[in-house]
Amino acid sequence: MQTTPLINEHLKLKAKMAPFAGWNMPIQYEGIIAEHNYTRQAASLFDICHMGEFYVKGDALNIGLENMFSFSVTNMPIGKCRYGAMLNENGGIVDDLVAYRIAKNEWLIVVNAGTIEKDFAHIKFRLKKESYIENRSPTLTKLDLQGPLSRDIMAKLINPGVANLKYYTFNHFDILGERNIISRTGYTGELGYELYISTGKAVELWNLLLKDKRLKPAGLGARDTLRLEMGYSLYGQDVDDNTTPLEAGLEKFINFDRDFIGKDALLRQRKIGVKRLLVGFKADSRKSPRHGHSITKDGRSVGIVTSGSFAPSLSCGIGLGYIETAHAKTGENILIKSGDVEINAAITAKPFYTKGTARS
Amino acid sequence: MNIPDDLLYTKEHEWIKIEGNKGAVGITDYAQSHLGDVTYVELPEKGKSVKQSEALAAIDSVKAASDIYAPMSGTVSEVNEGLESAPESVNKDPYGAGWIAKIDIKDAEEKKNLMDSKAYKQYLESIKE
Repeated sequence: MQTTPLINEHLKLKAKMAPFAGWNMPIQYEGIIAEHNYTRQAASLFDICHMGEFYVKGDALNIGLENMFSFSVTNMPIGKCRYGAMLNENGGIVDDLVAYRIAKNEWLIVVNAGTIEKDFAHIKFRLKKESYIENRSPTLTKLDLQGPLSRDIMAKLINPGVANLKYYTFNHFDILGERNIISRTGYTGELGYELYISTGKAVELWNLLLKDKRLKPAGLGARDTLRLEMGYSLYGQDVDDNTTPLEAGLEKFINFDRDFIGKDALLRQRKIGVKRLLVGFKADSRKSPRHGHSITKDGRSVGIVTSGSFAPSLSCGIGLGYIETAHAKTGENILIKSGDVEINAAITAKPFYTKGTARS
Repeated sequence: MNIPDDLLYTKEHEWIKIEGNKGAVGITDYAQSHLGDVTYVELPEKGKSVKQSEALAAIDSVKAASDIYAPMSGTVSEVNEGLESAPESVNKDPYGAGWIAKIDIKDAEEKKNLMDSKAYKQYLESIKE
C-alpha cells in the first residue's frame, strides 16, 4: 500500500484512513458530512498527492500528442487547462485527465492515481521517438484547496496574484522557495485551486495552508460526495476502458474536428446510436443508491448504478448509472433495487447541486 | 468509547436495555463511530416478529449500508420515528435519542447469549488486535 508524503500529518489529525486505488488515504477527519458542508460554505484542503503527473515536451502534431486525447492540445492557449479523456482504439476511456499547456511545446498531463502506470505506458507506446515524456508523479505532488473562501486564503498565504487566475487556467508562482504551478481547477463544483509542489515540500505546504484557521482538512469521503453532487464521473467506477465518452455523456469534451485515437470507433457508435447512457438520478428519500444496485423499470432491470451516496447538500440519495437509452429521459421514474432494498428515484439533470461557486 | 453498564451487547454491536419484559434496542458507540455519518434508518414495522440475531432494521451511512440485528426475539412494540427526520441522533446519542426500536421480549433466557459491558469491552479490545 502506497502512502502520500502527508501520512503522518493525517495520523496527527486522527484521520480515518482506508485504501483507495492502492493508496492508504484519509477518508475523513471530523466527518464526511461536516467536511462536505464546510467545503461548500468555507474552504477545505485535500491531500491529492496520490494523483499522477506526466511532463511531455515536443511538437504535439509531430510527436502524436495531438491525437492522444479527445480534445486538442495544440489549440489551447499557454496557461490554459483542459479536461477530457484518453481513449483506446475502441473508443473506451483509458483515463479522464486534465492537460496543462505550459509552453508552446510543453504540457503537464494530470491523471488518476490508480491509472498512472497504465496511462504512462499507453502514452509512451504511442508517442513518436522525437518526443520527451517523464513521469513526474513520484517527485511532483498536489494539494487541492476548494471552497468559496479559497481565493482569499490563497491570496493571503501564497500570492495576491493567484486571485487573478480565471477558471481552468494556471500560472507559475513562488511557493516555499520553488516556482511551481497553481491552477484554478478542482472536482468539487466550488471555487478552488490545485497547487503543485515538490514531494519533499508537501508537508511544509500542507501546514502553511492550515495555519489559516478558515481552512480545514477534508478527506476523500467528502471529495466523493462533492463530485457526485456535481454529476462528475469517477474513473474506475462510472467510466473505464469499456465505456465510451458518448455513453458516459462526455461528448462536450470531444473535439471531432481532428484525428484522435478512438475517433473512428466513436463515429461508428454515434452513427448507430448508443445502447446505454450514464444518467444521474435522485431518490425521493434519504436512502442511498449504491454501486452495483440494479436500475429497474416496470419490474425489469434496465441498468446498473455506478456511483451512489447520500447527498449532504440536497438531503436525499443521488446516483449515477448506466441505463438503456430508451429510458434515459429526465423525469423518468425508476426503481433502484438490491435484495430487500428498494429506492424510488427519478432521472435528473446534472449537476444535482447547482449553487457551486467554481466559475465565480 | 462509551459502554454503559446497564445494557447488554451483541457481537454485531447492538445494545438492548431490558426493563421488565420490554427491551429498547440501538447500536453502540463503537458501531456508530465505525459507520460514520448516519443518513437514513429503515425502521421496522410495529408488530413485526423478530428472532434473536435476525435483521431488525437497516442503517445507511454516507459510505455504507448495514443491517441491524435483533439482540433478542420478540415483537416490535415501538419505533423511534424521530430518526426519520434526524437520523444523525444515532451518531450523537447512540444510547439515548438514537434508540431504534422497542420489542416485547419473547424469551428472557436469550440474555445468556449476550455480553455485559465488561465482556463487550473485552470483545472490542480483542477485535482491535
